[in-house]
Amino acid sequence: MIRNVIYGILLALMSVCLALAQTDAVPQDSAGTAPAAISPPQPVTGLTAKDTPDDHGHSITLKWTLSPDDQGGAHSVRTYEVFRWVPFFMDSMHARQYSVDSLMGLQTLWRRYLPFAKDSIKYFEKSGNAETARRFADTVAYIEKRTSTLRGEIKSLQRGIENDWERAPQAHAQYPNGGEWQMVGQTFAGQGNYVNSGQKDNTASDYLPNGCNFYYRVDAVTADPKIRTSSEIVGPVQATGQWYNVGRTPSLFATGIFVLLVLLFVRAARKGKELYVRPLAGIEAVDEAIGRATEMGKPILYVLGLGTAADIATIASFTVLARVAKRVAEYQTELIVPTYDPIVMSVAQETIKSAYADAGRPDSYREEIVFFVTQNQFAYVSAVNGIMLRQHPATNVYMGKFFAESLILAETGALAGSIQISGTDEIAQIPFFVVACDYTLIGEELYAASAYLGREPVLLGSLKAQDYAKAAVIILAILGAIAVNFGWTEFREIFRVVR
Amino acid sequence: MDFSTFLWTSFAAFLTLAIFSFLYKDNPLYKFAEHLFVGVSAGYFVVILFHNGLSPNLLQRLSDGDWYYLWLNSLRPWYIIPGILGILMFSRFSKKWAWVSRYPMAIYIGIAAGVAIPLEMTNRVLRQMVASMTPINWGNFLGSGYLDIASGYSEVIILTGAVSALVYFFFSTPHRGAIGGIAKYGIWILMLGFGATFGFTVMNRISLFANRIQFLWVNWMKNAFNVKGVNPQADTSYMLAFTVVALIFVGYVVWEIMKKFRKAETA
Repeated sequence: MIRNVIYGILLALMSVCLALAQTDAVPQDSAGTAPAAISPPQPVTGLTAKDTPDDHGHSITLKWTLSPDDQGGAHSVRTYEVFRWVPFFMDSMHARQYSVDSLMGLQTLWRRYLPFAKDSIKYFEKSGNAETARRFADTVAYIEKRTSTLRGEIKSLQRGIENDWERAPQAHAQYPNGGEWQMVGQTFAGQGNYVNSGQKDNTASDYLPNGCNFYYRVDAVTADPKIRTSSEIVGPVQATGQWYNVGRTPSLFATGIFVLLVLLFVRAARKGKELYVRPLAGIEAVDEAIGRATEMGKPILYVLGLGTAADIATIASFTVLARVAKRVAEYQTELIVPTYDPIVMSVAQETIKSAYADAGRPDSYREEIVFFVTQNQFAYVSAVNGIMLRQHPATNVYMGKFFAESLILAETGALAGSIQISGTDEIAQIPFFVVACDYTLIGEELYAASAYLGREPVLLGSLKAQDYAKAAVIILAILGAIAVNFGWTEFREIFRVVR
Repeated sequence: MDFSTFLWTSFAAFLTLAIFSFLYKDNPLYKFAEHLFVGVSAGYFVVILFHNGLSPNLLQRLSDGDWYYLWLNSLRPWYIIPGILGILMFSRFSKKWAWVSRYPMAIYIGIAAGVAIPLEMTNRVLRQMVASMTPINWGNFLGSGYLDIASGYSEVIILTGAVSALVYFFFSTPHRGAIGGIAKYGIWILMLGFGATFGFTVMNRISLFANRIQFLWVNWMKNAFNVKGVNPQADTSYMLAFTVVALIFVGYVVWEIMKKFRKAETA
């Protein structure tokens, strides 16, 4: 009985609370009328459109002052929609490009379909289904006839499009006739800028040509997309490319100073000035390792890594390879160089050939010393692992760019009992070499190794210049940290590369 | 799983096990898997290179020209230049003309170095230098700010670590005295970083291994042999095929062990 009374009271209380909540949820004005409908917001002001600086063109930067109704009131602005006036000419050009793409697709499709259709004719002729065979034969004949003309059609269409693109500036100059406003972007409330970037390739759907007059407007849009207010129209504005990126000025100065230092030290080295380079244990061990291989009568395996001939680490590795090859030629030891990249293979062959000639043993050089394996990372590793276990090289040298295969290689080499010397500038791979190899050149030591071995003025000079550059970086970093901590942040901004 | 899918999945499982057999020692099964892998990937590479490199970057761009005019009537005839440079690489097949291939190689390396130098200067020198110019949160450093005192020290550690690691890479000064001390601190910092990288990467490798084991158990064992009713299609032919392969494997292992024993006896 008491329980029923308590339930009754609780139910009554809940009903009262619900009623109160509903009253709060629907605001009513003093007259008790329905809530006010969304009204058009105030437009954005101060809209500017300028060519995006320091780029190759094909981009316009827009800025505006937010609408006073940005995120406030019943006519709150939720988004800003950016519109550009686009002549119908652009749409027709894109449509023509689309038809070219479709014809090219059809050409490919037919090329693949023809063998199947020809086989089908044979099959149905054999099985006695002459009617179906005839249909296939008709199709083949039609495709073959059309294919011969299709290529010419595609070519002429492509040329027509390419020539007609030259009319893009004239079409844009017709504003406001012969075109329409198209939305090109959208930002959320609170954001008063937008970069309208397009492609430079005129076959792309968002191609934005340079040198054309563009007109823009920005709509302040409410929760109801139909209720919006457009800004004033700005234009004409043209996208243009710049030859010089101002934001990268610090990089230009730093590179210039560094080049100057290199030239100075190379000159000093050429004049015979003694430039000290501290000994590198890994490189000192190279001669010892080659000697060991000669004594044991076993080959030396030199792995250039997975880098291309354009990677700095691979280029440094070529210098070390030249030194190793020269010693190998002098001691008449066997050298094995499996490569991952065909260009690296060609450069390595040239390097070794020159080294053998320098050692006075050009006759000992064989093309087979360097060979291409494959350009699949783990297939390459399995092949090199196989060489290690079957040919038992006395010394393994890994110099260059390495990735996930570093530990697999180094571990197999250790298992085979070879002396291992490694060097890479891939920071993530150095730990694996450190644990599994006898000597490791860490990062920049690989670049220094080439100078240390070659003793050439150019290399020594650049190494010395690098040291001075490092000293400058250290001093500037410390000075910058002090300056920033004392609130002088402008000092840091001098060195910031913007884009 | 139909029989043909079963066969292919079993072949993949066989290759996985063949590669794992390398953990024991180099053997014919590993050699088979290795040569198959290398051969297939080399062939695959040629096709990929043609379809992803040569065709879109050269042939398609010249496709609006005519072979009769050496594509010089194309809208973009300048693409013929890299094409010619590429063809020059084939001169390596002739001993007399091999020197010609040095020109494309020199151009390639020269362009690459030209592109790389400003990028390296920007990304590896200037951006890193600017990033090390960070204000120190003195409130945290002195322990009077937030509870996370370490965040106060981190900026100091980053700056001193970066500076000392750079000192380690000084090659024109012997590492003695103060320079030697700083360089030693630098190499410690480097080793700490390497240790963290090592642990992180090993974790990744273990996940790769787990993936392989998952393949063997889920894709192969469970599906092929109807473990827990996963694949009701599995019939005796599946088991027969598996038994044949398993017998070859076991036979090989027994042969290896016998060989070892015989060797020991002769010794």
